[in-house]
Amino acid sequence: MNSSTRVLLVSLLSVAALAGCSKKVKEQPAPEPAPTPAPTAPVADDGRYGPEDLDTDACLRQRVVYFDFDQDALKPEFQAIVACHAKYLRDRPSSRITLQGHADERGSRAYNQGLGERRGNAVNSALQAAGGSASQLEVVSYGEERPVCTESTESCWAQNRRVEIVYTAR
Amino acid sequence: MIANMFTPPLVSLASPKSVQALPMKASLRWFFLLVCLVVPGLATAQQQGLEIDIIGGNASALPIAVVPMPYEGGGTPPQTDVAKVVRDDLARSGQFRTLPVEQMVERPTRGGEIQYPTWRQLKQDYLVVGRVLDAGEGGYRVEYELFDVARSERLLGLAMTARASAMRDVAHQMADAIYEKILGVRGAFWTRIAYVTASGTGGAMRYALVVADSDGWNPQVVVRSAEPLLSPAWSPDGRKLAYVSFERGNSSIYIQDIATGARELVSSFRGINSAPSFSPDGRKLALSLSRSGNPEIYVMDLASKQLTQLTNHFGIDTEPTWSADGSTIYFTSDRGGRPQIYQVPSSGGAATRVTFQGNYNATATISPDGKKIAVAQGSGNTYRIALMDSSLGAPRWSTISTGSLDESPSFAPNGSMLIYAAREGGRGVLYAVSADARVRQRLVLADGDVREPAWSPYRSAR
Repeated sequence: MNSSTRVLLVSLLSVAALAGCSKKVKEQPAPEPAPTPAPTAPVADDGRYGPEDLDTDACLRQRVVYFDFDQDALKPEFQAIVACHAKYLRDRPSSRITLQGHADERGSRAYNQGLGERRGNAVNSALQAAGGSASQLEVVSYGEERPVCTESTESCWAQNRRVEIVYTAR
Repeated sequence: MIANMFTPPLVSLASPKSVQALPMKASLRWFFLLVCLVVPGLATAQQQGLEIDIIGGNASALPIAVVPMPYEGGGTPPQTDVAKVVRDDLARSGQFRTLPVEQMVERPTRGGEIQYPTWRQLKQDYLVVGRVLDAGEGGYRVEYELFDVARSERLLGLAMTARASAMRDVAHQMADAIYEKILGVRGAFWTRIAYVTASGTGGAMRYALVVADSDGWNPQVVVRSAEPLLSPAWSPDGRKLAYVSFERGNSSIYIQDIATGARELVSSFRGINSAPSFSPDGRKLALSLSRSGNPEIYVMDLASKQLTQLTNHFGIDTEPTWSADGSTIYFTSDRGGRPQIYQVPSSGGAATRVTFQGNYNATATISPDGKKIAVAQGSGNTYRIALMDSSLGAPRWSTISTGSLDESPSFAPNGSMLIYAAREGGRGVLYAVSADARVRQRLVLADGDVREPAWSPYRSAR
């Protein structure tokens, strides 16, 4: 896949993500304190995410945030992904995420560990700013040690500069 | 088992592609190995496979003839061509130009047989002759002599005895003695390298930390892991390696005894635990930890495990390495924007910038005299090994590698050579290069992707 195709694909996915998320991310009216909630009754669609949404929701199914070369700034097109995962963290206080930070192969391996951590921290901060709790989040940097693509080309490097959102508890 | 996974460095006279095209099936390799064990001739053929890649002219290299050293015993001849190992070592250093065997019109094996005019006509400055004898119990005794051709004078006459499996060690020690006698600098051929190999793809990746002879022979796996391994660092006595492993899910640092396999987890803080480096006295370990939120340089007292924080900056501070006297720690930091090399007193104090040329300098390795610093230097998409030499005062820079993604330089303990990692054809390979960049040798391993080389200290103290 050449880089322009990839960029196009990412943009399309982002648009799809925005469309998919807009409903859920929108500020919900504060839920009325249910007078006597029946504990066994399945919760109706009150706008909250449930664990099954991780498999079905178009936004939540996106778990990778990509970065520019030597950068740890979160790009605007990934705000929607961050927003829906932050909402999930709010909706499911028992859920936990590990943010796995990665770098491309260029430069020193030890330095790239630092770069991977910075990227993980950038997503961590964005998730917390959007309402996720620090206690739900952990950052692990793999540096350049776990590439998803192993060719020495710009399109490969772009796929490797990433943070993977990994749910360790749903 | 080890041999099955890691055969000695392969024929690399050909292109990397044809190297990879060699038979790789395990059964075939076993067969090949067995043949090597049984037929000495084949083993010799394999030894000849090491590539010596002479780059540029080498006017000041000293001409030396290392005459074949025949086996004069009554049993099984040794598999190792001792004279060839010596010859290859000396050639690889960049300091010597070795005479090809086919040009040796005479083959003396002892001083009395030498016709000096012949060697003067061949324009040789030095001559090494010797022979291999039986030493009982399957061992061998190598007797060798070094001569100054112009002065018709013997400079060295030594004998070494060893068991059959240690004949390469004997040859490397002979090369060390010859190197030192002629140049006045201790040889570093009888040393080792540590490196990491990765094989497989995706979820089936396997990593191994390997220790081999300095020429890539005799690889031994120290530790295997399904999770990434990196940053091996030698203890100053050469007995232990510190390294980073992801086997616990996050990075952590272990120190492992090479001979016994015993190991200790020394650092597994929250965040990054990386880039260990032993102090010259072996009592401390410098490392990079992000427990405070971003990577900082610390020094750990290995007895008490107490940590002293050396840097405090929001930039990435990593890859600490000690000066030979232990007074200074060099490290990589991007506090100025891009990664550059800085130094800080190992007892604490202000950090000062060391490298000012090139917009990306990382992974410093310091020569034993402290006057040369080699780094991985980036420019655009190209990363090469660059050497900053301050021997003559103002630093002079030279580029000593030719790849596009070269990294992890590591000085030999005598400062005469470096080893580094390069990428070729989608895999990592190792190169040894003389510090003057004149001679470069590729060490190609049969399997996997090789990276993170670290040159050992000397194997015997003085």
